[in-house]
Amino acid sequence: MENNAVKMEGIVKRFPGVLANDHVDFEVRTGEVHALLGENGAGKTTLMSILAGIYRADAGNIYINNRRVHIKSPRDAIKEGVGMIHQNFLLINSHSVAENITLGYDRPRFLLKRKKLEQEIQEIGQKFGLEVDPQAKIWQLSVGEQQRVEILKMLYRGAKILILDEPTAVLTPQEVQELFSTLRRMAQAGHAVVFISHKLEEVMRISDRITVLRKGRKVATLATRDTNPGELARLMVGREVFFDIKKSPPKPGEEVLAIRDLHALSDKGLPALKGVSLSVYSGEILGIAGVAGNGQKELAEVISGLRPAKGGKVLICGKDLTSVSPRRVIEEKVAYIPEDRKGVGTVGNLSVLDNLILKDYRRAPFSSGTFLNLRYIRDHASSLVEKFQIITPTLETSAKLLSGGNLQRLILAREISCSPKLMIAVHPTRGLDVSATESVHRMLLEQRENGAAILLISEDLDELTAISDRLAVIYEGEIMGIVEPKEVTLEEIGLMMAGKKRKMLESSEVTS
Amino acid sequence: MNLDIVIATLSATIKAGTPLLLATLGEIMAERAGILNLGLEGMMLVGALSGFIVCFLTSNPWVGLLVALASGAIIALIHAALTVTLRANQVVSGLAVTLFGTGLSGFLGKMVIGVPIPNYFTPIAIPGLVNIPFLGPILFRQDPLVYLSYLLVPLLAFWIYRTRPGLHLRAVGENPAAADALGVNVYGVRYLYTLIGGALAGMAGAYLSLAYTPVWIENMTAGRGWIAIALVIFATWDPFKALLGSYLFGLVDAVQFRLQAVGVAVPSFFLNMTPYLATIIVLIFATTETARRRIGAPAALGLPYEREEKS
Ligand SMILES: Nc1ncnc2c1ncn2[C@@H]1O[C@H](COP(=O)(O)OP(=O)(O)OP(=O)(O)O)[C@@H](O)[C@H]1O
Ligand SMILES: [Mg+2]
Repeated sequence: MENNAVKMEGIVKRFPGVLANDHVDFEVRTGEVHALLGENGAGKTTLMSILAGIYRADAGNIYINNRRVHIKSPRDAIKEGVGMIHQNFLLINSHSVAENITLGYDRPRFLLKRKKLEQEIQEIGQKFGLEVDPQAKIWQLSVGEQQRVEILKMLYRGAKILILDEPTAVLTPQEVQELFSTLRRMAQAGHAVVFISHKLEEVMRISDRITVLRKGRKVATLATRDTNPGELARLMVGREVFFDIKKSPPKPGEEVLAIRDLHALSDKGLPALKGVSLSVYSGEILGIAGVAGNGQKELAEVISGLRPAKGGKVLICGKDLTSVSPRRVIEEKVAYIPEDRKGVGTVGNLSVLDNLILKDYRRAPFSSGTFLNLRYIRDHASSLVEKFQIITPTLETSAKLLSGGNLQRLILAREISCSPKLMIAVHPTRGLDVSATESVHRMLLEQRENGAAILLISEDLDELTAISDRLAVIYEGEIMGIVEPKEVTLEEIGLMMAGKKRKMLESSEVTS
Repeated sequence: MNLDIVIATLSATIKAGTPLLLATLGEIMAERAGILNLGLEGMMLVGALSGFIVCFLTSNPWVGLLVALASGAIIALIHAALTVTLRANQVVSGLAVTLFGTGLSGFLGKMVIGVPIPNYFTPIAIPGLVNIPFLGPILFRQDPLVYLSYLLVPLLAFWIYRTRPGLHLRAVGENPAAADALGVNVYGVRYLYTLIGGALAGMAGAYLSLAYTPVWIENMTAGRGWIAIALVIFATWDPFKALLGSYLFGLVDAVQFRLQAVGVAVPSFFLNMTPYLATIIVLIFATTETARRRIGAPAALGLPYEREEKS
């Protein structure tokens, strides 16, 4: 008999209006890394949340080490050795690493023995290559370090089955490398690892076997060495997916966005932008590459009016829009696709309909004076839902219930419907599946054809080199250089991301 | 000014500060669990009245105190049921509880207005300690409830920062989803500390009616519950700073009383106003200070929690 660490059988989970898991069977062996693939909303997180005791299945059985178990709460799951690391980290920012790790554990029962705890954490960390300072507060840590804390949390309570939900979406390439070697070590130590990701190339690299879900159903389980990204994409989407993007040669027009010697502070009050100067021309995509936390977020926020500048200028179509209100920026037809879809991009408790008109409700024909023109708004919203293929039970559904990909489509629909002159897109495809990523890229290129100037901030170098016309690299709040993606190697970009300066490339040089 | 007057004023400071301290500690515990309890004033009133009546009937202030603790907790149970289980808005529920407690105590208290009680908490000098020069008579010639409050401060601080239940309490107030995912019983913790907060509010009320001014007067808390809520912010949810803040207000109260007693020509309206004026000043000071140092309220304060909800 095979040694199944986990066997899930006939799992059904229904949410109002959606069948998230439809009789799913799923098995993970001890000592393997098992990838779980599927489009946005396919039910991956739901399936694993059932295993982790966060959701209760409507039907189905779960076996752990060939023994039937009843997991009713996260506590039960932990007792059975199941630990899940969520898409959004569940960490307490104001607490220390050690406090986060010992939270909810029952040893020692009453007094917290800090010294001993910290020592134990360091020991486990060394064993699996997960070093982190146990006394540091979570908010002081980088995203990669926070993830290590999440993993340590599970290992500390002796988890044998580890579930990682899109762990690489927020990591830098180096951090991904470190994570993978940790996962390998864990598998070798006899753990079972479930790895959810949308990046097929990563899945091919790390996993032993792969299970694909589509629309709540299991489609296949394959051995990684017997398959390829093309087949996986086809299984996920149910049709052929094209990875290469057709892109016309750039024809840059006038300067739409001009940034001159811009300075700004981060949330912690430290300098985040130190004299950034950039131009984005109509009909071009300027990519901004850099390791997270080097000023990208602040740059996007200053341009969109969400963060005041400490010096320098932001000019949009020649108008000085430095440190003005976001509303003033919106009036200049600037579209903003923020990094934080849930906090900044949408209002979770409002309906899909309301979210679609957040930028327009003030003006005719959406409203006349005080009153909203509901009939027009409904028509407008349903045509956007159709055109952008937003999958939602109704227009009245709360936005927070949409899956990641659909939420992003909603934001794009709203932002593109104002025919923007300038678009600022921050990690527009983070967490999106292959076909959603493809459609976001298509939409960005469409806007470029229509003469919009696009500033694309991303950590995904493949994405940046594939669709941007010029690529600026930011490091510690300064632009290290602007290059043409085709002219440089990934190594060169990597060096610039680590702080090596290169010459600036002006738009005119691209065309010549 | 002679030393005796200073000692008397500071001793009165502690007396006036103690009900604030008890109520503030109670509110700190509830807010640490993420439950904003604006029902404090109502819980104090119910505690004051029930303690008073029971003491009147049994002529034992200790029994009165126990009943005050219990009745504060029972009122808090309403607040917990509404906000934790039914996920009602905490502000609305808290205000309703205060209105309820004020009305109930006003109504039931009619029969004991002006009635003297046979027995109440009186100062007991602690042998030895009371002989410490200057501090002795200030700190150690007080009634038993004051001594209890001295013990509560370090006890609660130790509980919050050094024990596992304290860690779970803080976690539930900061990020209930994270605590839940690790098997902490979020609902249980929120109920427990809301009840503890209510019990301490009941004790604060009992202090007023069984020690501070041992009679029942309608609305005898006179806004102390609200001052305590402001003090929680001043104290940045820390028991020791709550002690400091409460005694600061006790001092304002004591000095105001003394000025009135010696007939200083300040309108009494103005003097009665000073605690509230001080509250506003403290809030302005405390909130800008906290903003600057980024140590704020428990992050999940005021937010209901449900497991299967997407946030
Ligand atoms: N708590 C919930 N309430 C209502 N619907 C939900 C809830 N959680 C998930 N859903 C719905 O269930 C379906 C499956 O969602 P799930 O989060 O499991 O997808 P996923 O495969 O993890 O997608 P993604 O790649 O975007 O993370 C979606 O349609 C989603 O909208
Ligand atoms: Mg998911």
